[in-house]
Amino acid sequence: MEIASCKPLYAVLAALIGSILVSMAGRKPNFREGLSTVAAVIMFLIIASMVPDVLAGKMLKCMVFDILPGLSVTFRVDAFSMIFALAASFLWIIAVFYSMGYMRGLHEHAQTRFNTCFALALFGAIGVAFADNLFTLYLFYEIVSVCTYPLVAHHQDEEGYMGARKYIVYLTTTAKGFVLPAMILIYVLTGSLDFATNISTGIFPPGVNSTLVTILYICCIFGFAKNGIMPFHHWLPGAMVAPTPVSALLHAVAVVKVGVFSTTRVMLYVFGVDTMSALNLGIPTAYFVSFTILMASIIALSKDNLKSRLAYSTVSQLSYIILGVALLTPTAIEGGLIHITNHAFSKITLFFCAGAIYVASHKKNISEMGGLGRTMPFTFAAFGIASLSMIGAPPVAGFVTKWKLLVGTMEMEAYYVGILLVLLASTLLNAAYFAPVTYKAFFGKRPAGEKYEGVKEAPLSMVIPIMIAAIISVLIGIFPGFMMKFVDRVTPDNVAVAMPQYNPAGAPPFIPSVKGHGAPADSHEAPAESHGVPAETNGAPPGH
Amino acid sequence: MHDFLIMNTLGYPILSLLVFLPLAGAIPLLILKNDEAAKYWSLFITLVIALVSLPLYFKFDRTTALYQFGESHTWIPMWDINYTLGIDGISLLLILLTTLIMPLCVLCSWRYITTRVRPFFACLLIMETSMLGVFMALDFVLFYILWEAMLIPMYLLIAIWGGPRKIYASIKFFLYTLAGSVLLLVAIIALYLENGTFSIPLMMGQDYSSVFQIYVFLAFFLAFAIKVPMFPFHTWLPAAHVEAPTAGSVVLASVLLKMGTYGFLRFCLPITPEASIFFMPYILWLSIAGIIYGGFTALAQSDMKKLIAYSSVGHMGFVTLGIFVFNVHGIEGAILQMINHGVTTGALFIIVGMIYERTHSRELALAAGVGKFMPIYVTFLGFFSLSSLAFPGTNSFIGEFLVLAGAFSKSKIIAACAIPGAVLAAAYMLRMLQKVVWGGEKNPDQSYLQDLNVREIITLAPLLIFVLWIGLNPAPFLDVMHTSVANLIQQVGIAGADQQSLIEIAKLVIPQ
Repeated sequence: MEIASCKPLYAVLAALIGSILVSMAGRKPNFREGLSTVAAVIMFLIIASMVPDVLAGKMLKCMVFDILPGLSVTFRVDAFSMIFALAASFLWIIAVFYSMGYMRGLHEHAQTRFNTCFALALFGAIGVAFADNLFTLYLFYEIVSVCTYPLVAHHQDEEGYMGARKYIVYLTTTAKGFVLPAMILIYVLTGSLDFATNISTGIFPPGVNSTLVTILYICCIFGFAKNGIMPFHHWLPGAMVAPTPVSALLHAVAVVKVGVFSTTRVMLYVFGVDTMSALNLGIPTAYFVSFTILMASIIALSKDNLKSRLAYSTVSQLSYIILGVALLTPTAIEGGLIHITNHAFSKITLFFCAGAIYVASHKKNISEMGGLGRTMPFTFAAFGIASLSMIGAPPVAGFVTKWKLLVGTMEMEAYYVGILLVLLASTLLNAAYFAPVTYKAFFGKRPAGEKYEGVKEAPLSMVIPIMIAAIISVLIGIFPGFMMKFVDRVTPDNVAVAMPQYNPAGAPPFIPSVKGHGAPADSHEAPAESHGVPAETNGAPPGH
Repeated sequence: MHDFLIMNTLGYPILSLLVFLPLAGAIPLLILKNDEAAKYWSLFITLVIALVSLPLYFKFDRTTALYQFGESHTWIPMWDINYTLGIDGISLLLILLTTLIMPLCVLCSWRYITTRVRPFFACLLIMETSMLGVFMALDFVLFYILWEAMLIPMYLLIAIWGGPRKIYASIKFFLYTLAGSVLLLVAIIALYLENGTFSIPLMMGQDYSSVFQIYVFLAFFLAFAIKVPMFPFHTWLPAAHVEAPTAGSVVLASVLLKMGTYGFLRFCLPITPEASIFFMPYILWLSIAGIIYGGFTALAQSDMKKLIAYSSVGHMGFVTLGIFVFNVHGIEGAILQMINHGVTTGALFIIVGMIYERTHSRELALAAGVGKFMPIYVTFLGFFSLSSLAFPGTNSFIGEFLVLAGAFSKSKIIAACAIPGAVLAAAYMLRMLQKVVWGGEKNPDQSYLQDLNVREIITLAPLLIFVLWIGLNPAPFLDVMHTSVANLIQQVGIAGADQQSLIEIAKLVIPQ
């Protein structure tokens, strides 16, 4: 059910107005950070206030600008957008506190610009989360790219400029080179850019040339380069020259999740599960991103710089999300989507810890951190917990993802062995590059001659956000129910999702199902009819 | 009187008023002795013209493709030459753009022009007369006279108030455009001999032979392609832009370049539709070449004015691309892109002029890192750069979107070939923005720079409003052109219907 509401607009405006006020409050640092906090809290509250409606199966919509027929700036809030919006807006609050401690602890310059751009980046991220059509998504995606440039180049030294240049070149080139033409072609083919209301039908009318749809799909996968899929992932390690709070919130939560969110949004709501399985796009995507998962993990192993290792770990983990969705089985999609939240909380903890370690001891390399855990127990304990989540060990959040992904893989009819092996291998690799960090910190020997003189636990304004993020990582591992409610709404049990099946005689004919049947919540009366030919011919069992 | 013309019913001859007001305004400038008074007078008269032009938009009948606000007087009956003025949905926005740009040109010359102030503003006003007249003229002789008259003040603007190589640049500009004009005259005389009239609307929809059409089209095409400028006739443009004073560059970029694309829409397509279809594939490929070439060359520039001049080549490539795909999206996008280019590139030239007034250099390297000392300036620069690279939500995005949508419906290969141009636009604009705002580790000392004053903010603000307005709500601008564009496409389409063979040939050159 669709209801008109301006709340999504207010949430987005909270960040925008916040950033304008912050930019004007430069002379009073406390007032400025206060404004950031207020903006973050207001945005979170507005988003939280929409939770009951979304859980009741409603979709909030708000049109802001009507530009051309079929092209508008419109916001929508549904369960899918909530997964990302809730996590990002909540983490903004604790990131504001953390960056206060970090930036002041290091006496960084241009803190007003930093805070302004930070708020603008969140403005873009929430805009992406609430986008109702491909144009709105693209608009806010580009806003995120441009507004985070000053954050990456923050230090204004040679390294900073190089990293920022790489960042903006990769992101705008792929967006303009792939997403823009794909978007225009979709507009020419369908006359509209609005997302579908469910994940199965997609928006393409019957009879569209299947080669063309495949090309569009490939453009969309590579165009949103913020998703870190190889070979367009180089910007992410390059962007690690930014101050750690930027890496934490933006390159673990906002920016990369904007990429993954956009990719999955387009996969599920523009192409749809039916189209993807009819054209046999899911399995090749899954195997393609598997390469990223494994390769990035192997590169992470070789990195001694803690932030670089975390960066490659992010590249690898992002592909889990795409992998899950690309498998196209309900449980795997759930596993992929829940990882948006799970990875956000765990990875922000890890980056926060890296920043805390740097502020307290000015150490960047893992090899120099032997025994440091005994001096900074809280920080490294949090690091250990979050590592477990990355590895996928119970009871931390990452376990839920791994479980769902593994179950989802088993649901596939064919070609699951390779995916199982990839998940297994990557788990081992995750353990191999994360476990030694914590182990060495607590039980390792101090490097020769290193006394850690004057090093003590990081300031409270950093440790408290770290502990909050770590505790939530555990809580959403033990009680995954809350976030799963949203994920369940995306893939309701009663939507029979077609199984991908390879047809040796040639790909099955591309016959998308009837477009525009009701919202997923009320479609259970006639699943077979409403989900079209692929579902019937493949004899898909219900999701659960 | 004529069935193509709806006579003016406003009670006063609005079009004639618009044409002659600037000319009349130029006369006191020759008498006045005080430079300051001349500036205020020019600003006043251009603002009055802008206000007088507003009823054109509000009283415009959006439901008809006929020429409106018409005026017709016999001029030289012997050769059937008339003084006929009228506007339709294609020229309306260009006229409004011209009247919007002129006061801003006066404002941005306030401090820039220090020698021969009064003749300068007189030149600007005479320019305005001829530019407005070109967009309104419905008689070929009248059109040609105004078209030629435009060259002289523009030549003077570059040759007197220009930079160090002003003689070279102004002569080059003059020769190039004059060469085109001569061909235009040949085409006009050929059409007169065929029809016995100089009335432009009466020449449309006539059954000319294919060979005749092709000759006329080629003459038209060269004249207009030089003016646009299309690759490979563009070489006069960077020279002229670099040497011209700010106001000259703004007029050149915002209005003069549009004359060429306006010529395609007003003459080539309706008068010689068969030839247009015949040459369409080649022109599309030339447009692509211009888009890519302009992008790469702009990327290599260290002079900011040259950078923007080459970016114009790329942007105008999008306009010709849109015109010659012959569908609604393409042509509406092209007209909107003409307006967008006028707004955005005009603003960028004003912005470069502002930094030139301060540092006396247009070198990108010398302007590095001014962001720290001129925050308002770089905010404007940021918005206009984003607009120039077609950032979603700005005016150019809508134009480029429509043009590419039109191109994709025509041929996916052609449209795909234009995409690198869009990527390059991002590359060279962001490069310039990065340099000016941030620079590098070792920036020249910019601490003596003053941020924008109120006059400069007022100069840029109206353009910024249009950047966002067209970007977020283009309907008021697209509404006025729908009927005229549909009529234009019909004019080409009728010719195309019995020319299947031409379309077949076209298919060989354009992969579908």
